[in-house]
Amino acid sequence: MSHATTMSHDDHHDDHPTGLKRWLFTTNHKEIGTLYLIFSLAAFMIGGAMAMVIRAELFVPGLQLVNPEFFNQMTTMHALVMIFGAVMPAFVGLANWMVPLMIGAPDMALPRMNNWSFWILPFAFFLLLMTLFLPSGGPASGWTLYPPLSLQGGTNIAFVIFAIHLMGISSIMGAINIIVTILNMRAPGMTLLRMPLFVWTWLITGFLLIAVMPVLAGAVTMLLTDRFFGTSFFNAAGGGDPVMYQHIFWFFGHPEVYIMILPAFGVISEILPTFSRKPLFGYTSMVYATASIAFLSFIVWAHHMFTVGMPLGANLFFMYATMVIAVPTGVKVFNWVSTMWRGSMTFETPMLFALGFIVLFTIGGFSGLMLAIVPADFQYHDTYFVVAHFHYVLVTGSVFAIMAGVYYWLPKWTGHMYNERLGKIHFWWSTISVNVLFFPQHYLGLAGMPRRIPDYAVQFAEFNMISSIGGFAFGLAQLLFIYIIWQAARGGERATDQVWDGARGLEWTVPSPAPLHTFDTPPKVDDSVTAHADRLV
Amino acid sequence: MAQGQYYVPHTAKWPIVGSIGLFIMMLGAASWLNGAAFGPWLTLAGSVIVLVMIFGWFADVIRESQQGLYNQAVDISFRQGMIWFIFSEVMFFAAFFGALFYARVLSVPWVGGEGTGAMTNELLYPQFDATWPTAGPANLGGGFETIPAFGLPLLNTLILLTSGLTITLAHWALKKAQRGALIGWMIATVVLGIVFLYLQATEYVHAYQDLGLTLGSGIYGSTFFMLTGFHGLHVTLGTIMLIVITLRCMAGHFSKKQHFGWEAVAWYWHFVDVVWLGLFVFVYVL
Repeated sequence: MSHATTMSHDDHHDDHPTGLKRWLFTTNHKEIGTLYLIFSLAAFMIGGAMAMVIRAELFVPGLQLVNPEFFNQMTTMHALVMIFGAVMPAFVGLANWMVPLMIGAPDMALPRMNNWSFWILPFAFFLLLMTLFLPSGGPASGWTLYPPLSLQGGTNIAFVIFAIHLMGISSIMGAINIIVTILNMRAPGMTLLRMPLFVWTWLITGFLLIAVMPVLAGAVTMLLTDRFFGTSFFNAAGGGDPVMYQHIFWFFGHPEVYIMILPAFGVISEILPTFSRKPLFGYTSMVYATASIAFLSFIVWAHHMFTVGMPLGANLFFMYATMVIAVPTGVKVFNWVSTMWRGSMTFETPMLFALGFIVLFTIGGFSGLMLAIVPADFQYHDTYFVVAHFHYVLVTGSVFAIMAGVYYWLPKWTGHMYNERLGKIHFWWSTISVNVLFFPQHYLGLAGMPRRIPDYAVQFAEFNMISSIGGFAFGLAQLLFIYIIWQAARGGERATDQVWDGARGLEWTVPSPAPLHTFDTPPKVDDSVTAHADRLV
Repeated sequence: MAQGQYYVPHTAKWPIVGSIGLFIMMLGAASWLNGAAFGPWLTLAGSVIVLVMIFGWFADVIRESQQGLYNQAVDISFRQGMIWFIFSEVMFFAAFFGALFYARVLSVPWVGGEGTGAMTNELLYPQFDATWPTAGPANLGGGFETIPAFGLPLLNTLILLTSGLTITLAHWALKKAQRGALIGWMIATVVLGIVFLYLQATEYVHAYQDLGLTLGSGIYGSTFFMLTGFHGLHVTLGTIMLIVITLRCMAGHFSKKQHFGWEAVAWYWHFVDVVWLGLFVFVYVL
């Protein structure tokens, strides 16, 4: 596109602050995107360290390394850090970097608020993580904070609740910004149905975030008042109901699951056409499938609570509604496979992670279908089968998609190609170890091993040891990931503007690395720059 | 869609101030709840920082707006941002309305033995009479009376509805560039907001002192005070916004064409109005 325009505009921005101030005061979507991504990587490491503690304790039966109370704090904190610190900020970071580039916008719609959305996060996580050092320790009730257990844990609960409030404020502002950017900042010609699928999935994810983060805020506020101000929302003696918390929580929690996977669908839908050298198959059906999944996410929440004693009719409704989600998800997987069908495929690291995503996420989807069956769930509920299921969709789903996206766009961000050989090693190492880590957990769950327990019967010993070995290997593989990113940030083979020869879309028309300011003059968009035009490339 | 010069500020110093302020406030509040003596002071300090941030941030935005830096695209971003913010507020209230509906329609009748709750009732609370209002099987907080809908709450409904009318009259005046009428109707709206808050406060005092109805009065007290309390908080915020925007009307910040700041406050005011209608129907009348 117009290098001359973008370059000349750089002169106007000479007053850009440097050093710490640059990052504290920035309003630039690329810098804020970088901040989000680095924050997410740090949280990924902290949450990962907690997972290592969990797997080390479970390496053999009996209590070895940590006491049960601390073990429970680790499972709780691992989830909170990974969900709110690693996965969600990673996708917001990708959105910050890529959405304005993909729609031809000069920046995010509300740049100052963008800065605030990010800078609330480190403080929120300080508030959350500091509870580990309080006399009572961190929260140990599981990340869902079910009462009455969560209210019996000492001083930490108020800190945790306020940390969640801060994360919610951050998420809501981030989501508002992304939605407004998409709806208001598109370049001329970038009609809604020309938008890259990553932009579409984020538009819908943004809506989900604004709709459910306030509900989570309401739920934890009720916890707070029950604990400190004498209300009886979740106290049956006062006419409340602990199960009511679960309903309100999962009304947030289920859309939250899709908040963490819809942008992943978007990333995969960008990468597959590039390395298949074919337009995305069934673009419009992808958009409708995404919207359908988002709609259904609001009416399936109680499948997380089949065993609480709901009326049979409710169990059946939530079972069928949940199974319906397999239809739009199936549409997506079908479209991805069809995109690759007879394509001129190559297997660079982003493509490998995308392929790994499709296979392994689908496994997670299938175990989800098993869990959706009410009578089967009575057996699986709160076992390691559930743990295996959601780690397949979250680790080999969301996290693999994030990694695929990082490899895919890293040359655009840094201007350097990452080390392809190391990238491939990272992929195979991660993929093999993650299956060693999580696949045995299916069997553990089916055999009846409960989740969130630091000790277990000796019959579960072998699979737990195998799982732990996979866990340590997977953890180690991520150090390689950090090294690859660091290496590409520092130098290496120069990336072209196009980067990938099959890549289509506006983000590939700007220089690599993308200059601080792009599309100060809006580009002209027609079908030739979209990745999903009906005609072949 | 955005065209031409979309104003992108180069640096923003207020957000980081706001983050630090929020952090200190939350840290203070959590410490306070756990009985730390420094808690209230920390909360106060954080709140002051947040207030300074809000003041400074809005001052920057108003200054830029007065300098004409915002084109129509920026205006649309602000509008959409405000609409989504109000939507998030609606969903926050939805959580508490959801709690009210769940308790009234499902969980309280279940504990009373309805539907699948027969054994729960038989084994746990055989004496429990599940009629609304209730403070639960243990009658937490002791006996209480409720506030009749067609007294003060009805008056408050009329006051808020009237304030919706006065703010619309103010908007008409603004669009006709009649500043005198605009300021007059704005002041009327502010006064109605304050009267509403005063009556709400009176009602709370009456509930606590005469009716025995408190936050601790079981599920009824919980839902009643949380819903009306958060609504009252939003009316307080809305009234402060109205006062600020009235002062800006006096300062001549708005033209008949460009007055989004004014409209945002009006939208917010209508939003608290609509929430009140929901409260009036579901908390007081039914």
